[in-house]
Amino acid sequence: MINVRQLHLRAGSFLLSNVSFTIASGSYAVLMGRTGSGKTTLLEGVCGLRRVESGSIHLHDRDITHLPPASRGIGFVPQEAALFHHLTVAEHLAFALRVRKWPDPAIRSRVVEVAESLRLTPLLDRHTQGLSGGESQRVALGRALSFRPDILCLDEPLSALDDETRDEICSVLATLHRTTGVTVLHITHNQREADRLASVVLRLEQGSVACEHRSP
Amino acid sequence: MALPGRSRRAMTVAPSSTPGPSIPRDPTRADRAFLLALIVLGGSYLLVLGAMLVADASYTSPSHLWKALRSPEIRYAIHLSFLTCTLTAILSVWVAVPIGYLMARWRFPGRALVDALLDIPIVLPPLVIGLSLLILFQTPPGRAIERFIPVTYAIPSVILAQFMVACAFAVRTMRATFDLISPRQEHVALTLGCSRPQAFWWVVIPEAKRGILTAGTLAWARALGEFGPILVFSGATRMKTEVLPTTVFLELSVGNLEAAVAVSLLMVVAAVAVLLIIRTFGAQESIGRPL
Repeated sequence: MINVRQLHLRAGSFLLSNVSFTIASGSYAVLMGRTGSGKTTLLEGVCGLRRVESGSIHLHDRDITHLPPASRGIGFVPQEAALFHHLTVAEHLAFALRVRKWPDPAIRSRVVEVAESLRLTPLLDRHTQGLSGGESQRVALGRALSFRPDILCLDEPLSALDDETRDEICSVLATLHRTTGVTVLHITHNQREADRLASVVLRLEQGSVACEHRSP
Repeated sequence: MALPGRSRRAMTVAPSSTPGPSIPRDPTRADRAFLLALIVLGGSYLLVLGAMLVADASYTSPSHLWKALRSPEIRYAIHLSFLTCTLTAILSVWVAVPIGYLMARWRFPGRALVDALLDIPIVLPPLVIGLSLLILFQTPPGRAIERFIPVTYAIPSVILAQFMVACAFAVRTMRATFDLISPRQEHVALTLGCSRPQAFWWVVIPEAKRGILTAGTLAWARALGEFGPILVFSGATRMKTEVLPTTVFLELSVGNLEAAVAVSLLMVVAAVAVLLIIRTFGAQESIGRPL
């Protein structure tokens, strides 16, 4: 469960103040709002990439407000995938596990498992150059899910994709959510994505978050 | 703004299978004139550059080059130049990477002033850099250093003079490199479990590899051609602080034009060889990689 209470965040001169919401464990939450409303700032605050001025963020009753991103156990997929150009697809999937000093056999087994779940097996030895938009986003998803995070934060991961690839990645996301049970916080502008994926829609308007529960 | 009819049509690209009136793909007269103007303007510079090198080459002969290479003074200058340029390049990269990273990633009070300060060695006349270094080592802290390591008019002064100028170019290169690397990659690395130093060493540095190589090459090539600050700060003592530009100056001053030209050509060959090697290596590294 993510519990955000009276959160104040600053991004330059932009101030997001007094934001509160709760996302139940295993939910697929879609965060919507106008451009410039502070969705990405809020997501960065949850991930630990932006300093919290006041308020709190709790993850399963654990206060993570001032923890560094590495200690939060949150997977993050940005809009532009932000792949590491010097690594192969397999090395992307192993990255977080190597940081955590998993033993080699466990890393190999986990890489195979994640690659199979995201249909990345034929791409494992490839570098990221020349991957299509959909393939890049699947690699970014695999990289974020490899260490089995409690929460997955997605910042408009489908916005740069064509309609066909968008549908494909939507299916991948729905399947991943169903099979892993990970709690997802997904930013989008696209109503169709929200209708298809969301079990709860959060609308960020004028600094406050309105919650709308759905049955996807 | 709409372009005049003919040019606009020429710039429109349509698949050849598209039905309807055919759109001319050949360059129009205006396109050709534009291209010609670019070639003439750019080409004139290249022409003078090429002519200078050809003139140098025609002024000397293999026997002059051989004679120059056999001279102990010139051989000393070649060794010292390669040693000092390599040390300068390593030191420049060592300093330029942290400065470039800090300037690209952090906003702090006085940043504009620091930015301007970093450009001083680029805009100042090289002689002034040499003079400033000379004065610096006459101050109490400078003299204290000299008591342990002789710097002025010794080999360390050559490295320091080259470094003060070459490093500014390396800093500019590294700053541009880090500006081009999205901070998002570091953000992702942090969420994957990295500390800031781990994200820097495991993600940012590998991503900046080509920029680091370019900064090092640029610093090396800039150091090879450095003369003004070395003349003032290191002097022009044969077999002591003599680097290749000093040799050209000394040979010219005694009227030995053939030896001066031969050494100049050696410098041209060395600089072109290093630039070609590094660029070829860089091109192989970047095959298929967007820049």
